[in-house]
Amino acid sequence: MWNRRKEEEPLPPPRTAPAPPTSSQLAKEGIPMSTLPSRPTDTRSEGVRGGAAIIGKSVVLKGQVYGREDMTIDGEVEGTVELQEHRLTVGPNGKVVATIKAREIVVLGTVHGNIETREKIEIRKEAKVVGDIRTARIVIEDGAYFKGSIDIVRAEAPKPAAVPKPQPVASAGASSPAAAASAGDVKR
Amino acid sequence: MAQAPFAGQETRQSHGLDQFCASLEERPGMSILDFAGASQATVSFVTNYGHRLYSDDFVRQLDQVFGPAPTGAGSPDFFENQANPALVADFFSLALNFEDASFDGALVWDSLQFLASPLLQMVVAKLHRMLRPGASLLALFHTEERIESISTYAYRIQDHRTIQTASRSQRRPAQIFNNRSLEKLFQDFSSVKFFLTRDRLREVIVKR
Repeated sequence: MWNRRKEEEPLPPPRTAPAPPTSSQLAKEGIPMSTLPSRPTDTRSEGVRGGAAIIGKSVVLKGQVYGREDMTIDGEVEGTVELQEHRLTVGPNGKVVATIKAREIVVLGTVHGNIETREKIEIRKEAKVVGDIRTARIVIEDGAYFKGSIDIVRAEAPKPAAVPKPQPVASAGASSPAAAASAGDVKR
Repeated sequence: MAQAPFAGQETRQSHGLDQFCASLEERPGMSILDFAGASQATVSFVTNYGHRLYSDDFVRQLDQVFGPAPTGAGSPDFFENQANPALVADFFSLALNFEDASFDGALVWDSLQFLASPLLQMVVAKLHRMLRPGASLLALFHTEERIESISTYAYRIQDHRTIQTASRSQRRPAQIFNNRSLEKLFQDFSSVKFFLTRDRLREVIVKR
C-alpha cells in the first residue's frame, strides 16, 4: 500500500539551482561578499589591476562592503567600504558615496565621503574627491579635484627596547643627522 | 624639499607668504584653509608642519553657483547673480560652510577680487568669524587700474617664500582695490599689512 501511493505521486520537477543573490541583496543583508579573483577589463591604468575583487561598472551597491582582499570599484557604491588591510581602487567609472577605510586607496573616479587609510591615498588627475582624509601619505595629481581636509597621521616610531644605554661617544649637544634632516624640512 | 616647477608654470617670490609661513611655525596641529584647490606642493608644505589643511577651489565654487565669469566688459550675469539672495545662500552653504573659529590661517590668494559688493563684505565677515584670534590671512589683489580682465592662477607653495603659479583663465575683477579700500574691507581684523610687488600685485597679510 505504501509503495503504491508513492507510485501515484507525481514526480517532482527537476531541481534547478537557486538564482544567486545579487550583490545589492548581499550588501543589504550584511553578508560578507566575496568575488572570485578576476582580471579587470580596463587595464589602461596601473590603478586597476588584477587579483582583486571587482565591482563592475554596471553594478550598483547600497550598504556595507567588507573585504579581506584588494578591491576595485568601477560601479556605484553607497554606504561604507572597509578593507582594513587591503587596497581599494575606485576606477574611472566608479562613483562611491561612502565612508571608506582601507590600507591604501587609489581614486580615478568619484568619491564623496570621509576616507581613512593606514598607508597611502592617491588621487589621480581625473578624480574627484569630496570629503575629509586621514592618511599617512597622500599623492594628488595635477587636474584632480579635492574638497575637504587632509590630516597626515604620522606613524609612531617604535619604542626602543629597555636595554642599557651605550655611553655617548660624541658630545651631548650634537643632534643626529636624521633629526637635523627632519627639522630642515619644516624650519626656515 | 621644493618641487621643480612644471612646464608652463612660473615661480615668484612672496613676502606675504613669508609672513604667513612665520605664523605656521608657532605650534603644530593648526588648521589651515586654502582656497587655491588641492595641489601636491601645498599639501606637502602645510602638512609637513604637522598642520591640517582644508582645501577647496573657491573660484570654481563661484562659477558653479553664480555662472561662468565674464572675461571682459560684457556678460554681467556673474556679478548680478551675486546679489541674488538664494544663490548667495547656496554659495555660503557650498563654499563657506564652517563653524566659527575653525581655522588658524587662510590662504585666499586672489579670489576676493571676483566678488562684488555686498557679497564681498559678507564673505570677509564670514572669514573673520571662521578664523581664530591671532590667525593670519593671505590675499592678493591686482593694483592695475582701468583693466578689463586679469589672469587667474592656480597657486602652489614651493617653499616659505616661493609661490608657483599656473595661469588658469582671464576674468574681469569686480573692482580694483587700493590700500585705503583694503583697510576698510578688513577693518574688523586687528592688523593689515601690505606688500607691493613688481608685477602689479598687492599682497596683503591680515591678522584676526
